[in-house]
Amino acid sequence: MAGTGLKDATAIVGIGQTAFARQLPEDERTLACRAVLAALDDAGIAPGEVDALASYTMEETDEVELAKAVGLGDLTFFSKVGFGGGGSCATVAHLAAAIAAGQADVGVAWRSRKRGSGPRPWTGTAVQLPTPGQWTRPFGLLRPADEIAMLARRYMHEYGATRDHLFNVALACRNRANQNPAAIMYDRPLTREMYMTSRWISEPLCLYDNCLETDGALACVVVSAERARDCRRRPVYVHSAAQGLPAQHHGMVNYWNDDPLTGPAWTAARHLWKHADLTPEDVDVAQIYDAFTALVPLSLEGYGFCGRGEGGAFTEQGALEIGGRLPLNTGGGGLSEAYVHGFNLINEGVRQLRGTSTAQVPGAATCLVTAGEGVPTSALLLRS
Amino acid sequence: MLTPVTDADGAPFWEYAAQGELRVQTCADCGEPRFPPRPCCPHCQSFAGEWRPVSGRGRVWSYVVPHPPLLPDYAEQAPYNVIVVELADAPRIRLVGNLVTHAGAPLGSFDPDRVRIGTRVRVVFSGGLPQWVLA
Repeated sequence: MAGTGLKDATAIVGIGQTAFARQLPEDERTLACRAVLAALDDAGIAPGEVDALASYTMEETDEVELAKAVGLGDLTFFSKVGFGGGGSCATVAHLAAAIAAGQADVGVAWRSRKRGSGPRPWTGTAVQLPTPGQWTRPFGLLRPADEIAMLARRYMHEYGATRDHLFNVALACRNRANQNPAAIMYDRPLTREMYMTSRWISEPLCLYDNCLETDGALACVVVSAERARDCRRRPVYVHSAAQGLPAQHHGMVNYWNDDPLTGPAWTAARHLWKHADLTPEDVDVAQIYDAFTALVPLSLEGYGFCGRGEGGAFTEQGALEIGGRLPLNTGGGGLSEAYVHGFNLINEGVRQLRGTSTAQVPGAATCLVTAGEGVPTSALLLRS
Repeated sequence: MLTPVTDADGAPFWEYAAQGELRVQTCADCGEPRFPPRPCCPHCQSFAGEWRPVSGRGRVWSYVVPHPPLLPDYAEQAPYNVIVVELADAPRIRLVGNLVTHAGAPLGSFDPDRVRIGTRVRVVFSGGLPQWVLA
């Protein structure tokens, strides 16, 4: 098996999610159980068959609690991925690797989160973590929005990207959310005037450049390609997968290497494409991590959809809309569907390749899904 | 206000800052400066480090202007600027800080609309924290 790689060796065969809302009454553990059971039901696989789990290090429901609650079988592989939203795609990648290597047969990845009704992590920084907080927090660089806005300002300065480019990202996500009844912003259209006159969060980022604080949970089921052929749904193959932590990278405040504007996406992308039969030209639809609009131009460059500095301009002329060069975040993304650390992007990628998205790209057969840019990241190239 | 919670690698930076000095961790073998501080040199893997004084002059590499919701002490001063300064004599060393009107002035003292990328600044100190004023 050595050297054959992950290419199409495994598939996502089930997806599940709870409702998304600013406030859900149930706790994170209950939401996790609901999402996992929904995904297994979607796959037509009994909980007792699950022998692998993967989630984020920031996930509060641990494997023991989840496995016990929903009645999983004996687990032979479990994994957690660090760096918050950078871990989303890696949860699936770890399961795919474990299954391809024979360490397990049925894997479930999940994320449950109450950020809409719960406290925001940065408000717990009254005593900041020693590293890297000592270099940023005392000066009032407190929130992820501030940390990414710093890169965004430099990016706009260096390459002439504009707020209109960021608006193009926010609008594409909102337009898709307006087609998706499950999205928090389903019935809330966005206009350029609303965007340009909204309040600042951290200049140059305004309210609509920021993702939604959301309660919700999602899960998906990964099995071997062979097993997938017998499942209830059309398999969505994991064609290529990668993590990315570039040399001399530093957390979300990546100001200290030679080229802070080439982040983890570039590292993940090199591995992702190297092990794929596809190129960026072949991607029909993309789910690109959008905790902040400004991450999207960086990712467009990193994953090779355009050259350095061209990410802003790429968003022009409806490129990110349905019918455009690269339809983006077709469920509404973190900006307008739900911010559940990017897991909703994975499930939406699966829906696109099943042909069941609420904003279906006609004939979509390939989908790039990415995790958080700016932090050590991960990505999946899915195909039908 | 948040004060730096230091770790073993970073403590010397703050000890020098408390004395009004800006120093950068530098490899004692190959001479390469590095930031943030860490146990060994990523270029030559030497564990021999020293803290070399720098001129304290630099240029604004980027900046943001945070608005509430923020932690209470910071919300009171918002909108204020946070800048990243690229040091003149160690261009890859970039320090987060604030551009203020004079040493000891509050975060919001310098009009955020007047901050520009490329603006020349120099370091001053207040209460053990480096601050930046127009050079």
